[in-house]
Amino acid sequence: METAVEVQGLSYGYAKRHVLDKISFSVNAGEIFGVVGPNGSGKTTLFRILSTLILARQGRVLIHGFDLQQAGSDVRRKIGVVFQNPALDLQLSVFENLLYQGRLYGLFGQTLKDRAEILLKRLGLLDRKSDKAKILSGGLKRRLELAKGLMHQPAVLLLDEPSTGLDPGARKDLWTYLHKLRLEAGVTILVTTHLMEEAEHCDRIAIFERGRLVALDTPQKLKESAGSERIELTLPGEKEKIAEQMRQRFGVTVHILENGLQIEHAAASAFLPQLLAAFPGEFETVTLRKPTLEDVFMLKTGHRFWGAAHEA
Amino acid sequence: MKRESLLAAASLWQREMVRFFRQPARVGGAIGTPLLFWLFLGSGLSGSFHMPGAAAGQGGPSYLQYFLPGTILLVVLFTTIFSAISLIQDRSEGFLQGVLVSPAPVWTIIAGKVLGSTCVAVLQGLLFLAAAPLIGLTLTGRSCLAVAGILFLNALVLSTFGFALAWKFKSIQGFHAIMNLVLMPLWFLSGALFPADSAPWILRALVFINPLSHGLFLLRTAMAGELLSHFGAVLGASLIMIVSGGFLLGLSQRMAGAREAGEVLE
Repeated sequence: METAVEVQGLSYGYAKRHVLDKISFSVNAGEIFGVVGPNGSGKTTLFRILSTLILARQGRVLIHGFDLQQAGSDVRRKIGVVFQNPALDLQLSVFENLLYQGRLYGLFGQTLKDRAEILLKRLGLLDRKSDKAKILSGGLKRRLELAKGLMHQPAVLLLDEPSTGLDPGARKDLWTYLHKLRLEAGVTILVTTHLMEEAEHCDRIAIFERGRLVALDTPQKLKESAGSERIELTLPGEKEKIAEQMRQRFGVTVHILENGLQIEHAAASAFLPQLLAAFPGEFETVTLRKPTLEDVFMLKTGHRFWGAAHEA
Repeated sequence: MKRESLLAAASLWQREMVRFFRQPARVGGAIGTPLLFWLFLGSGLSGSFHMPGAAAGQGGPSYLQYFLPGTILLVVLFTTIFSAISLIQDRSEGFLQGVLVSPAPVWTIIAGKVLGSTCVAVLQGLLFLAAAPLIGLTLTGRSCLAVAGILFLNALVLSTFGFALAWKFKSIQGFHAIMNLVLMPLWFLSGALFPADSAPWILRALVFINPLSHGLFLLRTAMAGELLSHFGAVLGASLIMIVSGGFLLGLSQRMAGAREAGEVLE
């Protein structure tokens, strides 16, 4: 299988600190690849390096064989970039935004207009063609942004936190379109996100934490690697005391969370009745669930996904 | 020069023009303030202004007449400042990064912005020139053409300077300080408000090393229809402007062409 993005030993230092530390991974052509991590994990820096905005002096990145160190027009033609903050010109109309974008890539005349029309149609923006970009809703702006990134038919589409500011409906639309795009045009899609539920859409995900790549696999395999089902409890009483009692009595692993306790057990559903009988009336809520990607994160890094940014 | 790059530059230039004419406040702001300056300062100071060198009673130019070229230069300055601010906006609104990741070379970004700003400034300056007959200044077709050319040169230098100044700024607030501390004094010390000849030597030196003084000299001379009679000085001033413009273009290219790079750490 052809490799679309190849990252080898990539490091990025800033203010005497590693923002990225010896990262290596590769993305296959036609894959939807997620770069997942909390704020401060280095994923935005990685995105800025891949989109040729900033230059990493250590390590190598190849996009379809073109070296990012050079960042010549060859590699820039291969990539389409959708930024987290919209890169639209709000004074211009929807159609004009696409025309100006296309000209930056050497498109003109009928080809340019046709391509803009096709994208507007595909993304359901054709009836908003003459509207100024500033009056579009957040979801439509993101769609226009996507259309802009696709004007020159890139081989690799990079998206930075594409769901930011989108309501659940618009978020679903976006992913439907991304899946379609991969299927119909064979575009490789690399997306950064801090949302674990968004990572589920990806074929493979790379989990980042404090500039390091801590896990890389399909979401399914990662979840399987996180082991057994979990029981989560919230309780009014003293967490530490009850956790200790559980450990002594049942020999189970108990994590103390901010708002309760989490128990790992190979046969959690069978164990649950025993637990309830042993601590009658102690719990406010009881949840039994399969491992999530957040559990994977916790397992690999030793702390909760949402706590990581604060501790860093 | 590749055709594709020219297309990108032309497209970025066109965007500047379209955006300018869609924001009437910008048109008003760049002309309105200098117009008020000119009317109020011009008529208020008319009584006390005496052109150095002119014999008493002979008068020489009135202050409204003296101040007109400087006011037109102020129109140009304001237009280029607005354009420099629009560069910061392009950055903060995200448009600029979209261009930076495209294959369009950096010079196309400079060309689009600087030429866009220059064209708008020349148009506005010429519009203001329409006030000349009101105060008894008549311009021939030829001197209008010469004025347009000189405005172009002035606007080009100022736009490039604005580009180089604004490139690193991430917010408009910070740029306001630069505007007041660098750009406005450049105009104050250009001979726009007062003739430098009678000023203290330190001021005269500052006026002399200010490229804008030479731009204003060209403008004043062209408006008076005397370009040919001061040929040597005109040539010298033009050279100073061209060299300043070239230097600033090179600086802009260097600044905008540098990709932010990470540090090498162990």
